[in-house]
Amino acid sequence: MEPLKNIESLAYFSPEILLVVFAAAVIIADLLVKNRESELVAYISLAGLGCSLVAILITNSLINSNEPIPLFFGMIRLDGFAVFFKILLLLATTATILFSLRSEELDVKLKGEYYALLLAVTFGMFLMASSTNLLMIFISLETVSLTSYILAGFLTHSPRSSEAAFKYITYGAVASGTMLFGLSMIFGMAGTGDLSQISLQIASVLESGGVSTLSVLIAITFILAGIGYKIASVPFHMWSPDVYEGAPIPITAFLSVASKAAGFALFLRFFHVGFGKPEILQSIDWGFILAIVSALTMTVGNLAALPQRNVKRLLAYSSIAHGGYLLMGAVLLTPEGLGAIFFYLIVYLFMNLGAFYVVVLIANEAGTEMIDGYRGLATRAPLVAGAMAIFLFSLTGIPPLAGFFGKWVLFYAVIGEGLYWLAFIGLLNSVVSLYYYARIVKAMYFETSEDTNGLSFSTGTFALLSVFAIPTIFIGLLNIFYTFSDKITLQ
Amino acid sequence: MLLSLMIFVPLLGMIVVLLLPRESEELIKRATLAFTLVPLLLGIYLFISYNNPNLEHLWKANAPWIDAFNINYHIGIDGLSVTLLLLTALLGPICVLASWRNIEKGLKAYMGLFLLLETGMLGFFAALDLFLFFVFFELTLLPMYFLIGVWGGPRREYAAIKFFLYTLFGSVLMLVAMIAVYLNSNVINGVAEGVRTFDIPTLITLAGTTGHALADSTFQMWVFLGFFIGFAVKVPIFPFHTWLPDAHVEAPTAISVILAGVLLKMGTYGIVRINMAMFPEGLAIFTNGVGIVGNSLALLGFINIVYGSFCALAQTDFKKLVAYSSIGHMGFVILGLAAGNSAGINGAILQMFNHGVISAMLFLLVGVLYDRAHHREINGFGGLATKMPVYTGITTLAFMASLGLPGLSGFVGEALSLLGAFQEFELITILSTIGIVVGAAYFLWTLQRVFLGQLNPKYEDLPEINRREILTLVPLGILTIVLGIWPNFALDMFSESVTNLVNVLDAI
Repeated sequence: MEPLKNIESLAYFSPEILLVVFAAAVIIADLLVKNRESELVAYISLAGLGCSLVAILITNSLINSNEPIPLFFGMIRLDGFAVFFKILLLLATTATILFSLRSEELDVKLKGEYYALLLAVTFGMFLMASSTNLLMIFISLETVSLTSYILAGFLTHSPRSSEAAFKYITYGAVASGTMLFGLSMIFGMAGTGDLSQISLQIASVLESGGVSTLSVLIAITFILAGIGYKIASVPFHMWSPDVYEGAPIPITAFLSVASKAAGFALFLRFFHVGFGKPEILQSIDWGFILAIVSALTMTVGNLAALPQRNVKRLLAYSSIAHGGYLLMGAVLLTPEGLGAIFFYLIVYLFMNLGAFYVVVLIANEAGTEMIDGYRGLATRAPLVAGAMAIFLFSLTGIPPLAGFFGKWVLFYAVIGEGLYWLAFIGLLNSVVSLYYYARIVKAMYFETSEDTNGLSFSTGTFALLSVFAIPTIFIGLLNIFYTFSDKITLQ
Repeated sequence: MLLSLMIFVPLLGMIVVLLLPRESEELIKRATLAFTLVPLLLGIYLFISYNNPNLEHLWKANAPWIDAFNINYHIGIDGLSVTLLLLTALLGPICVLASWRNIEKGLKAYMGLFLLLETGMLGFFAALDLFLFFVFFELTLLPMYFLIGVWGGPRREYAAIKFFLYTLFGSVLMLVAMIAVYLNSNVINGVAEGVRTFDIPTLITLAGTTGHALADSTFQMWVFLGFFIGFAVKVPIFPFHTWLPDAHVEAPTAISVILAGVLLKMGTYGIVRINMAMFPEGLAIFTNGVGIVGNSLALLGFINIVYGSFCALAQTDFKKLVAYSSIGHMGFVILGLAAGNSAGINGAILQMFNHGVISAMLFLLVGVLYDRAHHREINGFGGLATKMPVYTGITTLAFMASLGLPGLSGFVGEALSLLGAFQEFELITILSTIGIVVGAAYFLWTLQRVFLGQLNPKYEDLPEINRREILTLVPLGILTIVLGIWPNFALDMFSESVTNLVNVLDAI
């Protein structure tokens, strides 16, 4: 299909446009509303996300499943892949806003900016999921990064939060600089910024001997630095524990799920479309590099999580490890691998956001993020403790919880390609991870606290908790979640 | 349908129990008892009506579950599984009764988790789909972890996580092997055609088809090892056994009963159902070869028997003694299975059932004493026979059965296992009998220290075993005697399936 011109594209771009419109509405509303306690801006943001979701579903019905629609002269593309990630990101943002409403650590004076930035970062992530041009890829990545820096440092009274923002910027600047350099090399070799053209051009210059495989490999490695930074893979993960620990908890939850998912969207599209052709794969074995990165990422994440005493920091390391599991699916870019990543991301969305929600609740009620603060939770707040146990065991991958089925599809894809060693490392990592997840469960169930007063939560809290807990129990047991990923293709 | 009912009634029971008000403890206990009695009645019905001339799986149910991986909800029973299903269903209400008075906190959660555990165990023995089998296998982990960790003894946290980590380690190896089997299930002569399958009976047939990828002996060796280590942790086979004494000592009585009575059997059942039936070529490498590797399975059985028995001899904690004796007795199962002949396998399976009954009795008896004296130090008692004659009588019966006195059930299984093993591994079998002698020694010595001699004045007014406790022990005691005199009662159930299995093994 011919790429659409600017004006023609706008209709297909409506989900993104709506986000921007509502972000502006949030800023204006914030100026008009005098009452600082009012949550109006949050509800405007939720309305914006709702409208955007409707727009996504409408645009989805316009695309023919096998034919993606290139927009804006081929700068971005609307296809099933983008739609899947947009819905996932939208759910994560919605959850973040709901967490923020209940979180007591956020500064009431900056509400307008906070929600406007959340919508803006979602907008950037939508672009990350649909960019098909090197330039667009970089711009979308920067949009997301810059807004994330501000959000991470949003607790203006907390030195930890400022430190988090500063670290985030410093690492981010280096990573995007490196990535930009890699992109320019690719552009120089291929003579085009269009991803689908790049693969043909690179293959032909490689064949004619115009460039050496080494220079392509170096360019790919540089680009991996930028993407690896977004998905927090080793060795570009160092920022994430500090940022996750310092940032407001809803933002930590957001970064660990949405930012990672958007990073994977970009990553998959870039490598699948740009470098997935067999002609390139046979001369440049970047899959092997990815396999090593994946193994290192999960191992480092899990081992570093073992001694943590702060639950937020522990979950930060755990989310690094989960990035490593997800990377396994990306190693060979088989349809099974892609499907496994999609499935795992859905599962991960629910279980990880659920765990972070409990962290928000406990931080509010018990005033602590340390594991010791979870002691005796089973008697003080049995339902919250039960839900947390479900999330944690699902993150470990214990059947019959969804996390197990997520890991199952990933390991199946990896073993299907004969990478037994990688599957083996991944499985041993699951065993290791049990130890630190179980430490929280142990504190909740096996230990008692001096403070035995029951914690009380509102009905809304339990409702939101069950929105995460019920899918965490049932997603893996139901047939339908396994089939839809077949419909998402990446060309 | 009946079988599904049997599996999921406890799960339904869990939901019902969790919805009951926390304060009405009597109601919770009665409801739990009712929900465990249903599987027992169904189990008895299945056992009695079991008649299987064609050696097919009976009471089958087969429904698609996860289409993307051709995973089906496929269950059914044969002689082997019906025996163990009955054992599980029998121990269910017994354990509820054994927990009647001594669960002091969180009764509702305890009973709920117990019912979930029962569903996991029953499902495991009935599953005929490899994936389902694995899910049920793992389903027992979570409830067990909490049951030990919340309601256990002083070092319960350590014991619970150790149990969990060990078993999970074993099961990830199983998972790799399982995926490998699935991926190769449609490869014939190097060409992949048709759909892949997890169906256990189909896989067994395929693994015996010449030219099929599953029939390749190197492949069989690797997947055999993967599954075997997973099950070996559960049995437990040396050197994966160290979680067991910790778990047993810390677990509450009823949970120890389930652990020894059913969970250990899940390991040996898996070895028979998957390792032996599906990978006979892999098995042959470890049982029919030469040297250490060729005798390794028998050697592992031998180590379990002798090592477990000597460890038991050294214990002064009553419960730890019984735990180590379990390791020893499970060694006879391994030895019998390693023999691979009719006597050996029949003996091993019979021993699985008998050990389930006898060790359940032993742990119940330890629990009875512990509830009264609040310690289990063997040397701290003495002369209890005068104060508790009935208790002493039942304990003596259990001890005699466990040490293998002819006329009681323990003897038949062990004797058949040894008889079978002797035909294959003479030296190892002869050396294994040391375990029986040591077994007699530690049981008799314990009998002497606890029940005979001078009565410890501290226990002047120790109350006699009560009616509820007797009620939990009587069915098990009757089974020990009946199976001692008339072993065919159980043997007839599975001997034909065993003959079938032996024919397959002999063909290698």
